[in-house]
Amino acid sequence: MSNVTLKVNGETHTIDVDPSTPLLYVLRNDLGLRGPRFGCGLGQCGACTVLVDGAAIRSCVTPTSGVDGEITTLEGLSADGELHAVQQAWIDEQVPQCGYCQNGQIMTAIALLDRNPNPTDAELRQGMNGVICRCMTYYRIQAAVRRAAEAMAGDRSGSGDAGREVNL
Amino acid sequence: MHSTEIPKAIEDALETCHGTTSRRDFLKSSGVFVLSLSGARMANTGGSGSGAGSQAPVTPTAAPYLDPDFRLLDSWLAVHEDDTVTFYVGKTDGGQGTGTAFRQMMCDELDIAFEQATLIMGRTDMTVDQGGSGGSDALERDAWAARRVAAEARRVLLEMASERFGVPVDGLAVSEGVISIQRDSSRKVTYGELVGGRRFNVTLTGRNINATTGVAGVKPVQDLKLVGRSLPRYDIPAKVDGSLEWAVDVRLPDMVHARNVRPPVAGARLIGIDESSIRNIPGFIRVVSRGNYVAVVCEREEKAIEAARLLEVEWEKPTTAPFPSSEDLFRYMRSATPMSLTRATGSRTVPLARVEGNPDEALRTAATVVEAEYDFPFQGHTAIGPAHGLADPSDGQMTIYSNDMKPYSLRTGVAEFLDMPREQVRVIWMHGPQLYGRTAADDAGFEAAFLAKEIGRPVRVQWMRHEETAWDTKGPAFAFTLRGGLDGEGNLVALDYRARVADYAHVGYNQPDTVLIAQLMGIRPSRPSPGRASAPAEMYAIPNRRQETLVVRFPLAFETPLRTGNLRDPNGPQTTFAGESFIDEMAAAANADPVEFRLRLLRGSTEDNETFMRARSIAVVEAAAEAYGWDTRPSPKSANSGRILTGRGIAYAYRGRTAVAEIAEVEVDRETGRVWVKRMVCAHDCGLVINPDGLRSTIQGNLLHGLSRALHEEVQFDTEKVKSVDWLTHPTLRHVDAPETIDIVFVNGDPEPDRPDLPPYGAGEPSIRPVAAAVANAIYDATGVRIRRAPFRAERVLAALEASGA
Repeated sequence: MSNVTLKVNGETHTIDVDPSTPLLYVLRNDLGLRGPRFGCGLGQCGACTVLVDGAAIRSCVTPTSGVDGEITTLEGLSADGELHAVQQAWIDEQVPQCGYCQNGQIMTAIALLDRNPNPTDAELRQGMNGVICRCMTYYRIQAAVRRAAEAMAGDRSGSGDAGREVNL
Repeated sequence: MHSTEIPKAIEDALETCHGTTSRRDFLKSSGVFVLSLSGARMANTGGSGSGAGSQAPVTPTAAPYLDPDFRLLDSWLAVHEDDTVTFYVGKTDGGQGTGTAFRQMMCDELDIAFEQATLIMGRTDMTVDQGGSGGSDALERDAWAARRVAAEARRVLLEMASERFGVPVDGLAVSEGVISIQRDSSRKVTYGELVGGRRFNVTLTGRNINATTGVAGVKPVQDLKLVGRSLPRYDIPAKVDGSLEWAVDVRLPDMVHARNVRPPVAGARLIGIDESSIRNIPGFIRVVSRGNYVAVVCEREEKAIEAARLLEVEWEKPTTAPFPSSEDLFRYMRSATPMSLTRATGSRTVPLARVEGNPDEALRTAATVVEAEYDFPFQGHTAIGPAHGLADPSDGQMTIYSNDMKPYSLRTGVAEFLDMPREQVRVIWMHGPQLYGRTAADDAGFEAAFLAKEIGRPVRVQWMRHEETAWDTKGPAFAFTLRGGLDGEGNLVALDYRARVADYAHVGYNQPDTVLIAQLMGIRPSRPSPGRASAPAEMYAIPNRRQETLVVRFPLAFETPLRTGNLRDPNGPQTTFAGESFIDEMAAAANADPVEFRLRLLRGSTEDNETFMRARSIAVVEAAAEAYGWDTRPSPKSANSGRILTGRGIAYAYRGRTAVAEIAEVEVDRETGRVWVKRMVCAHDCGLVINPDGLRSTIQGNLLHGLSRALHEEVQFDTEKVKSVDWLTHPTLRHVDAPETIDIVFVNGDPEPDRPDLPPYGAGEPSIRPVAAAVANAIYDATGVRIRRAPFRAERVLAALEASGA
């Protein structure tokens, strides 16, 4: 065991842990976070996704000692009580069923839109393809990513609150 | 010693997951949650002397954990002083909005706003036993009792107001929990003022929980204000912002982590364990084993995972191969001796087949006879989050935190398994990965409880992905042989349907002798519980038929990874794949349009049943064709050329009282064999729709789950073990596969369209049923090649295209 220092959602933590421990277990069991989840432990499904300096990584196959950067989890997305535009789009499109994978879907969508704010349909499908949903909410996820992209483009151009209408 | 109290943080989380996030802080600060707990406690201890109005502080979590009495109104709902209401229902919500729909219906009957209510589900010491979830019966069956109880509470509240005002009930008006005098609306009283924080002390009647009723009747559909509206699901915000605490998230003081070690070969016998192989792992606590069941327990989760991987265990292989390989499966099933060809009825034995008319004679004299074989493999539930359970043995009790959709049978089964009184065991259902039937969530709950009792500390167990994919229960494989005969006019006059299912090791829910841990320990029923084959559910008028449904078995019937269990719409996708593919083959043989051919078969009789299933079947087929813009012509499409071939196919079925017709539009890549379902149309009739957007979400998920099973999912195994262990070896539908367009049409109650009084029927499963057949029929339309083996993986489709020269 040794001390590992992590910056997570704006706070710095020093944890006494085997540095080879996959980041997922430190986030969940030592820091009490719920966003990243165990799905496969193999980096195949994406349920454990977190952002490290804005890039989506699979925390289940990332040794804690290998993290060099600031970690953001699902819990750390909202700012000043405002949900991230992607989270809001998820609510507006009523995306989740069980919701277990949605952490990975949301984090991956954020990283995707960060790289490519206006993805084509093919880019969206490819960009999200590594995150599995067994409720098969892909259809709504893709609609929500498109909605979020529009809202974020609107925010950038200063037009404000595009895409906040609840989809009923 | 640990306390039996549920930690405050988890109580808060339970409130969060059952309440609305927007109201969570308010509820906490106003103490409503505490009141709701005491409300439930009062309900549980009805008749114990705590009079109406008692607010004596009680510990809501101390054993004994009595069954809430469904014949007491207080067991179902509690009105609080601040005019909020807590509902308690014995269902769970896997993610299809059951909780939101129940809340809509109960608020409507009680006449309160949706925002005034919270709903607690599936907690065995607090919610009445409605069996948890399964069978798409939440809205069709269980909601009726909940609605009647809410209506009864409204009636009682009106009586109280009548007494208070000295005004007859019919002189009162009620809206959003406020009762006023019709002739003097300034005089009003709220539900909270009438009974807030106190018991109703009203007894209900009913021979069983489904028949629970008070004196009041439910409202006519026309008077419902919330039912029929797309209210947003209350559980979604907390699932999106990370605040929801799930069963998988619960952490208790002094809790330890366990992982299972499975036999490397099915049916292997444990010879010995070398504990020294893992003793130096930091935080290692113990290896627990009994019979062939082995688990390791460590202080930290990742160390338990490591220990399970490194533990050296000696196993002895069985002398007989437990099952054939998946490559050999269908040949094996077709040549195996079925379990029984007959069944006994009284003193006679009769064939295990349903016969109408004279199918053999009709086939012998038919103008055209078509014969085809279809195969459908084993498929997994493969929940996105592997099975898990947390058991707390504090104070000699057992509290299990689980997402098992049947918490009540989990409680009873664990109590029996551990030889504990039921009153000392409870299950707290919390959100979790969607299950779709009998999954390893059952097994993990038993394992956690067993290990907790052994270790004497709270034990959290979660299966690994390889374990979940290999050892979770499977949907059974089917092998079908169909023969059909057309007369000279192209009418289908004979249909011979023979199905064989590999369903002999079928396990039920939470049975203490069929859960995996019990079977590995050598505990087992005197004989396996054979499942059963079945036939497609359709209303076709075919004068001569045989439907033979047989079960075949493998050598290993217990502790097998090929044990089968209910998987969403058990048997429906398989049998409808064969049945509706074959109807398409007969339509092609008759050179008939697939929609017209089906409509002709549906209209071949005028007899209908009590749910008008014939008329409603015709209505969904017509509605699907209309919504799609169906071009009437026989399949296959002529003059299809180029790399991408397009086509459309229809399939129809009913399940229970719900009718569904679906059309798939496919693109088949001639160079790779990849099939993309570009568009899906679903015409759906499940009677009264409670929440249209919730229903659309459920159907969308169902259609795509059907696509996943049609295109990708297949359990692979050799003659020793299951080789499907992850998302590469048991693939699933992904983002690139999602259709571009999904059109859903609610037919809702034809033959009298928009009939408002039609009851709600189940919708969680029916729409998965026709998907595989619709896709297979579309592939045939596009390519002229009939794919008779699911899943339609690219390499399989490519091989079929190449073999046919298409």
